[in-house]
Amino acid sequence: MARAVTNNRKALNTAIAWSIGLLIFFPILWTILTSFKTEAQAISNPPVFLFFDWTLENYAVVQERSNYMRFLWNSVFIAGGSTVLGLIIAVPAAWSMAFVPSKRTKDILLWMLSTKMLPAVGVLYPIYLLFIKLGLLDTRIGLTIVLMLINLPIIVWMLYTYFKEIPGEILEAARMDGASLSKEIIYVLTPMAIPGIASTLLLNFILAWNEAFWTLNLTAAKAAPLTAFIASYSSPEGLFYAKLSAASTMAIAPILIMGWFSQKQLVRGLTFGAVK
Amino acid sequence: MATQQSRSAARLMMAPAVILLLGWMLVPLTMTLWFSFRKYLPLRGGDLGWAGFDNYTRFIGSSSFWPSVQATLVIVGGVLIITVVLGIILALLLDQPMWGQGIVRILVIAPFFVMPTVSALVWKNMFMDPVNGLFAYVWKFFGAAPVEWLSQASMQSIIMIVSWQWLPFATLILLTAVQSLDSEQLEAAEMDGASFLSRFWYLILPHLARAITIVVLIQTIFLLSIFAEIFVTTGGAFGTKTLSYLIFQRVLESQNVGLGSAGGVYAIILANIVAIFLMRIVGKNLDA
Repeated sequence: MARAVTNNRKALNTAIAWSIGLLIFFPILWTILTSFKTEAQAISNPPVFLFFDWTLENYAVVQERSNYMRFLWNSVFIAGGSTVLGLIIAVPAAWSMAFVPSKRTKDILLWMLSTKMLPAVGVLYPIYLLFIKLGLLDTRIGLTIVLMLINLPIIVWMLYTYFKEIPGEILEAARMDGASLSKEIIYVLTPMAIPGIASTLLLNFILAWNEAFWTLNLTAAKAAPLTAFIASYSSPEGLFYAKLSAASTMAIAPILIMGWFSQKQLVRGLTFGAVK
Repeated sequence: MATQQSRSAARLMMAPAVILLLGWMLVPLTMTLWFSFRKYLPLRGGDLGWAGFDNYTRFIGSSSFWPSVQATLVIVGGVLIITVVLGIILALLLDQPMWGQGIVRILVIAPFFVMPTVSALVWKNMFMDPVNGLFAYVWKFFGAAPVEWLSQASMQSIIMIVSWQWLPFATLILLTAVQSLDSEQLEAAEMDGASFLSRFWYLILPHLARAITIVVLIQTIFLLSIFAEIFVTTGGAFGTKTLSYLIFQRVLESQNVGLGSAGGVYAIILANIVAIFLMRIVGKNLDA
């Protein structure tokens, strides 16, 4: 039986939780607000919160001066490409481990997870060297491949936990009715697996979009995504808070929206199914 | 059940993922191991021959090694304590009945989706800047002298930034665990007159133990290799040079690949010690 909660208690909970929530969210809110100020207002003393002359100027200036669209496109290409490539490789693997498990399945899954634990800095120079030798340094293709590889274990694991939840009897029934392996996959499995695949896609896009070790170390000018573009703001030249805010807002807005949709999958994906 | 044919098909379907990951693991790892035994200076003569365990002893013997271990431990430990303690409190709070629960949850989770370079720069400039930052304004408002956060309190600042980024992760996982708690058991305890503290200590905390362990292990693995937050804020100055940042500097900035690779091997061993514990828990869950 649910406990009766007094409205007073509920109001108190609401007040406390909202205050803490807004406090945690404040840096993001402040960044978004600052992006609409002029540079002078951005550093005015006392700070202005809502009552300033809202302007879109910063967004125009950021695009004009830095060719923002190119960095955005690099981010989309690298995050999207690595996720799609990863899914193409991981779906068959996760499918076979979930539906045709063998004695070694568990070991393979754990081993894949262990590759994710490898500290990136430990293999920085080898990858850097291989990239130079193969002409991949500062290319979108090179970065796409690396991000695909570092996220592949998570993709396989997430898909595996989703596929595991599809009842095996349905597949057996299809098989009894004479469905071939390819038919089984296309007509029976795919429709049931789409939600899991979609969640995996979303979370891995977010992870790839925000990745900030390889994207900083393996790109220079041509293939730099938004993570590297924002890092270029770290040496201040005069008044720039409003522009930094505008660039930041553009870089995080799409991901905040995606993150909203993927909050449930986040737990499953990042704990490798250990917490659901 | 599975026929011979489906077994070999399964193996074939697994092959690309397994081969790619095997290559991704073995090739760079072998190279790092090889370089760690060479005197290898790409800008000063290249590969100058066998070095034995020289790089390993020199990496540990260098004056920046122990400070970097200390910085790593302080950052990882500080962030873990803050995120786990606040995460438990937030998870319990968010589990209470309230209006607009969904929105509060999004507000709390949002920092996790902000890319590390953005959060580091926003904190560094708009909050921690000693002249124009918001903190400086608040300090001045109360008549205190503004703090130069990233040089005078560099470690605390970095711990704060990283905790802000990882608190949502801890909260979300602990909240998932709190929600699976048997509410009837809690009510029974409450009726029997158990105080909140004893309910927390004897019922809630044991129930959360597994989730806490997972949060600690996963965060440790990610925190051991934080990079962008330091790269953007202090660049390793003011005592914030962690082990992974030190290795990064040895390898790419001073181009002493042999020495950096030996450091890399240490980092890999360290991460593996943590990983073994995490894998045990995840592996047990697979059997269930």
